[in-house]
Amino acid sequence: MSTRKRFLVISRRPPYGSSHARDALDTALTTAVFEQPVSMLFLDDGVYQLLQAQQPGGIQQKNLGATLSALPMYDIDQLYACSDAMQSRNLGVDDCLLPVQLLDTDAIAQLIRTHDVVLSF
Amino acid sequence: MIFSLLVYAAPHSHQAAESAYRFAVACLAQGHSIHRVFFYGDGIHGASALATPPQDEPNLPDRWQTLAQTHGLDLVVCIAAAVRRGVLDANEAHRYEKPGHNLHEGFELSGLGQLTEAAIVSDRMITFGA
Amino acid sequence: MTLHTLNRPPSNAALLADCLRACSSGDTLLLIEDGAYCAQASLPLQLPAGVAACVLAADVAARGLNNRLAPGIKQVDDAGFVQLCCDHARVISWY
Repeated sequence: MSTRKRFLVISRRPPYGSSHARDALDTALTTAVFEQPVSMLFLDDGVYQLLQAQQPGGIQQKNLGATLSALPMYDIDQLYACSDAMQSRNLGVDDCLLPVQLLDTDAIAQLIRTHDVVLSF
Repeated sequence: MIFSLLVYAAPHSHQAAESAYRFAVACLAQGHSIHRVFFYGDGIHGASALATPPQDEPNLPDRWQTLAQTHGLDLVVCIAAAVRRGVLDANEAHRYEKPGHNLHEGFELSGLGQLTEAAIVSDRMITFGA
Repeated sequence: MTLHTLNRPPSNAALLADCLRACSSGDTLLLIEDGAYCAQASLPLQLPAGVAACVLAADVAARGLNNRLAPGIKQVDDAGFVQLCCDHARVISWY
């Protein structure tokens, strides 16, 4: 596909309790397969997806954290998280299973302006 | 202008499914075109041929089909989301040896790539979610 | 410029806060479905500078909110929703 657009996938739900987080991740991966530049932004309870040591075997679900860890292999390395959301949940970058850049309010508004398509889940 | 819609909410459970339809009607009435309506997550229930709301309530799958026939709309349902939730076309019913199929006429099952493609070729992608 | 749609009531404070913090000057916030409750005068929105808010008229009427709207929040019909999408470079749905 010749036309390229910059995609931003916003993920603001926690993993496992609903399909939103998985659907956001699948959307990002598919967009990358279509060779479109894609960034992901984790907001609100979506930052809980980044927690290490997820073991969802007991609830019969696939490990979302394992898929998230693979994002850089799909050239999805523009990963952002809301710094307020992280701080209010007592999460630091050291708790995350992959490197994310923390963004404050102004930076989030700026990030949106640099993308053509925004898909939120 | 070329629009595409992402429907990420089930009819009757959430108003968003109905909002998407109303938006599509308004869009077409103003002379815009709709490249694709993509049904994802619980939105796939909007493509069930077996939905049977009371007669004084709108049947959303029927109305999407009519709108698609009139305007040549591409109604695409995420195959992974649909098969998981039990909305199958004849091919998938055969593949998984199921006793019947229930994808509404006028809709087709396809991959999530159809959402990406729609966003690439459309001027605007509008999500109706829950 | 971005059009933000929001379809949850003000009790979903985290969603509303995320939406407002994502707004820049020149953006528009369109309240739809249960988001119409965010347009009430009794619960004034803390809009960032240069951000306009409007509400989908059918959702206002459906919920009996006509006499409760904050001044300055314009009602738009479905055609107005489509036009807002055309007038902004991208649309973000907050739900």
